[in-house]
Amino acid sequence: MKRRNFVQLAGLGAGAMMMPSLLMGNNIPTEALLEPGMDVLIKKQMADVALNTAKSLGASYADARIGRYLNQFVRTREDKVQGVVNTESFGIGVRVIANGTWGFASTNDVTPDGIKKATEQAVAIAKANSKFQTEPVILAPVPAFGEVSWKTPIKKDFKEVPVSEKVDLLLTANAAAQANGANFVNSALFMVNEQKYFASTDGSYVDQDIHRIWPTFGVTAVGGGKFKTRQAMSAPMGMGYEYLDGLDSEKLEGPEGLRLYRNSYDMAEDATLAAKQAKQMLTAKSVDAGKYDLVLEPNHLGLTIHESVGHPTELDRVLGYEANYAGTSFATLDKWKSKSFKYGSDIVNIVADKTQPNSLGAVGWDDEGVKTKKWDIIRNGILVNYQAIRDQVKIIDQNESQGCCYAQSWNDVQFQRMPNVSLEAGKEPYSINDMIKDVEKGIYIAGRGSYSIDQQRYNFQFGGTMYFEIKDGKIAGMLNDVAYQSNTQEFWNSCAKICDKNDYRLFGSFFDGKGQPSQVSAVSHGSSTSRFNDINVINTGRSV
Amino acid sequence: MAIFSKEEARKILEKALSFSTADACVVNLSGSQGGNIRYARNSVSTAGYQSNQNLAVTSSFGKKSGTATIDELDDESLKKVVQRAEELAKLSPENPEYMEPLGPQVYDESKTFIEATANITPEYRAEVANSSITPAKANDVTAAGFLDDGQGFSAMMNSNGLFAYNKSTDASFTVTMRTNDGTGSGWVTRDYNDISKFDASEASKVAIDKAVLSREAKAIEPGKYTVILEPSAGLGLLQGLGRSIDARSADEGRSFMSKEGGGTKLGEKIVDERVNLWSDPLNEEVPAPTWNGEGQPLKKTSWIENGVVKNLAYGRYWAKEKGVEPVPFPSNFIMGGGTASLEDLIKGTKKGILVTRLWYIRSVDPQTLLYTGLTRDGTFYIENGKIKYPVKNFRFNESPIIMLNNLETLGKQVRVDGSLIPYMKIRDFTFTSLSDAV
Repeated sequence: MKRRNFVQLAGLGAGAMMMPSLLMGNNIPTEALLEPGMDVLIKKQMADVALNTAKSLGASYADARIGRYLNQFVRTREDKVQGVVNTESFGIGVRVIANGTWGFASTNDVTPDGIKKATEQAVAIAKANSKFQTEPVILAPVPAFGEVSWKTPIKKDFKEVPVSEKVDLLLTANAAAQANGANFVNSALFMVNEQKYFASTDGSYVDQDIHRIWPTFGVTAVGGGKFKTRQAMSAPMGMGYEYLDGLDSEKLEGPEGLRLYRNSYDMAEDATLAAKQAKQMLTAKSVDAGKYDLVLEPNHLGLTIHESVGHPTELDRVLGYEANYAGTSFATLDKWKSKSFKYGSDIVNIVADKTQPNSLGAVGWDDEGVKTKKWDIIRNGILVNYQAIRDQVKIIDQNESQGCCYAQSWNDVQFQRMPNVSLEAGKEPYSINDMIKDVEKGIYIAGRGSYSIDQQRYNFQFGGTMYFEIKDGKIAGMLNDVAYQSNTQEFWNSCAKICDKNDYRLFGSFFDGKGQPSQVSAVSHGSSTSRFNDINVINTGRSV
Repeated sequence: MAIFSKEEARKILEKALSFSTADACVVNLSGSQGGNIRYARNSVSTAGYQSNQNLAVTSSFGKKSGTATIDELDDESLKKVVQRAEELAKLSPENPEYMEPLGPQVYDESKTFIEATANITPEYRAEVANSSITPAKANDVTAAGFLDDGQGFSAMMNSNGLFAYNKSTDASFTVTMRTNDGTGSGWVTRDYNDISKFDASEASKVAIDKAVLSREAKAIEPGKYTVILEPSAGLGLLQGLGRSIDARSADEGRSFMSKEGGGTKLGEKIVDERVNLWSDPLNEEVPAPTWNGEGQPLKKTSWIENGVVKNLAYGRYWAKEKGVEPVPFPSNFIMGGGTASLEDLIKGTKKGILVTRLWYIRSVDPQTLLYTGLTRDGTFYIENGKIKYPVKNFRFNESPIIMLNNLETLGKQVRVDGSLIPYMKIRDFTFTSLSDAV
C-alpha cells in the first residue's frame, strides 16, 4: 500500500513529517539493538538456498541480500520528549536474470522454505516479463571476491550510548535555544545501522556493517505577525556517535560570528546561535531582486551540487530508465562523447567517490558486489563520465561498473543510486573571509532551503537557511525572501573562485528519492565555499 | 500469509491483550502484499513482489509508554512482544501529553477492498506494460511506465474495549511517453481501488497524444497567464493547503492558518466563495479507511466551505487543551467541481495555457504558502478557444491561496492519487522563468 497522496502527509502533522519510511521498520526495545543477529555462516547458507534455487529454475544470474536494518530515532520539542523509537527490519531480497530479464521478490521469512518460495516468485516474474523484453540484460564482469567484509570505521556505536544521554543532548540544545529567545524548538536524532549480507552467483559473499547519524533541529521565532525557522548547521554523516563530540578542532569561524562544522558537531552551541538568528530573520530586510555575486556555503552548495550535477550525471536518467518519475537529463551521451562539453568553468572539478571517509555513501562493496572506488565526473569544467552499474556500463563503452548499486532495504530491488558527488577544493590558500572581501555586491547564503529543478536539470531555483548581504567586501546585515534562479550550465560556468581545503565540508541527505516504487538513499556532497558571479536573484515575498 | 480476515485479526489481537499487565495497552496488526512492474525504453526493466506483516504493542503505566513490535504471531511471540513493550514503558520518561486509549467506537463499513485488485497476476502486469509499449512503437514514441498494485489490512484493539478492522486494495499507474526526436513528452496517471475500472490502452493513448502534440514547443515570455490546470496539476498546489490544516501549528503562530496578533483563521474567508474542500471516506470514487491509527472514526468533514475555513484538525491532546472536540486528519480530500469538461474550458478561453502537471513542487515560504515548481509533460498555448501550439515549460512561483482567489471556472472532478480534484481555470497564475526541459 504505497499511495502517495497529500492526505497521508497532512495526517502526520508537522512533527511526524520528519519520519520518512526509511525509518519505519518494526519497533524494538533498545537492548535488542545490541543482539548480534544472524551468524554470518547461517547467512551464507541461506543465501546459497536462493542462488541454488534460482540456478535450478534456469536463471543465468542471481543475487541475494539478507538485511538487518536497525534504527533509532529520538524526537523532542521544547522540554518534552515526543518519541524514542527503535526499529528493526529483517528479511531477504532475491534478484534473478531469467530469459535475459530481471525478476525480484523479497520476504521476511528467512528460512530455506521462505527463501525458496521468494526465489521461485522472482524467476516467475522474470519469465512472465521476458515476453516483452527487447533489450536482454548484459552484466559487466566482476571479480569473485570470495568471503569479505567491511565496516564503517566508527569510534562510538550509537547502539551502546544510553537513550538518556541522547535525550539530554537534545533537551540541552532545546533549552539553549529557548534561553536565547526561541519560541519553539523541534529537534531530532536519527541513527541508522545497515547490517547487510550480499551473495551472488558470481562468487562473492560480502558482509557489511554501515552506520549513519543525523542530528538536526528547527528553531522558530514568532513575532510581528511573522514566523521564521533557522535550521541546524549540522549534516547527516557516515559516522558513529562521535560526530556529536563538538570538537573545537573541527569548528570554523564564518562571517557574523557564524559557526560552521566539519566532522564534529556542537549541537547546543549551534542551537544558541540559531535562536538569535531566527529572531534577526524576523526583521531582516527584504531583498531587492536583481543580479548578485553569490557566495555559497558548503551546507548550502551541497544541495545545489546534488540537484544540478549529481542527478543529471546518473546514467539511468541519461538513458531514459527514470523518464516516468525523476526524469531524464540534459547531459546526454553526445555531449559526453564530444569530450568538449563545458559543464562548468575551468576551476570546476567534480568527483564521484564511494570510499570517502565520514560520507554517507561510503561502503566497501555496492549492492551488486562491485568493489567501490573514486572517479572523475567533471575535470577542468568538461563532462568526462557518468555514474553507472553493471547492466548499464556497456552503453558507455566501459567494461567495469562504478559500484553505484543500492537498495534502501532487503524488501526493495537494487538499482543505480548516486555516489557521493563532490566539488574539489581550490588549490591556493583562500578562506571564506578572503572571499567576502573580494565581493562588491553579493549575497552569502548558508544552509539548506527550498530547492526545485526541472526533470532534465536545466532550470533551478534554490533558497537557503540564512542570507547575508555583501556590500563592498563587508557583510551588511541579513536578508529575507531570497531565491536564485539559474540554468545548470550557465551557473557552473559562472563559478569564479573556490575556497581551499581548510573550508571543505560535507553536506548530506538521508532522503534522496528515486525509482518506482520510490526508494530513498543517503548521499554526501563535499565542497568548499564557492563564488558564482552575476546570478539572478528573485524576491519571494508575497502578501496573501 | 500477510492478509488476515476480521475474525483472524480479532483472535490474534485478543490473545496479545490477554498477556498485558499494564494500565493500558493498544495493539495494532497490519499486513500487505502486492506487486509492481516497471518499464522504460519500450522494454520491461524491473518488476517485483513484496509482502510484509507487523504487530505493534503500546503499553502504558500512568503517563509512561513503550512500544515494541514483532513479525511472528505465535503465542510465545505475542507474550514476548507485550513484555518488551511493558519493560520499555517502565524505563520511559512521563509524557505530559499522554492520552488514554479510546473506548469502543462505531465505524462505518469502508468500501476500500475490491477482490479483482487483490487477484492481479504477473501476467496481467506484463500485459499492461505491453498496452503501452506496442502503441508507443507504432507512434514513434518511447514508453516508460509503472504499475503498482496490492492489498493490505490493518486492525487495532485496546484495553478499553476498542476494536477496528479495515481491508483495502490499491492500484496506481503512470506512463510517460517521449517522442523519439526528444522534443515531445506526454504523461498520464490513473489510480483505483478497483482495477476493473482501469483501461491501460486508453490511458497510454492519452500520454501518446500529448507527446505527439507537444513536439517542438515554442518559447513564450514568462509572466501572469490564465491557466487551465488539469486535476494532477491542481492537486500539486492544493497539497500545500492540505498540509496547513493543523490547529496546533496555527494556534502557535507558525502556520499560514495563524492570524496576525494571535488566534487562527478558522471562520475566515481565505479563498473564492466557490471553493469547497472536504473529506469523505465513504465517497464512491475515492473510498478511504473509516478510522485512523488512534482508533478515531473518520466521517465526512468540511475543511473549506464557500471559501471559509470551516475546520482545522485537532489532535486529541490539543483538543483537550483548547476545550474543543478532536477533529482527526482526513483520509482523503475532495474539492467540489462544476460541470465543464476540459474541452468546454478550452473553448471558453480567449488566451491561456493548459497545464498537464506540475513537477518538483517545493515550499518557498510557509507563511504565505508560496510554492515553486515547473510544468511538465504537456504545456499548451490556447487562443480563441483552441489549442494553438505547445509551449516550453515554465517555472512558477505561486500560492494555492492566491490561486484559489483567482478562480475563474471549476470543471469536472477527476480522481487523482486517492483524492477527487476538479479541472480549474485560474487567472493571473505566476510563471517566473522558462525551462528548456522536455
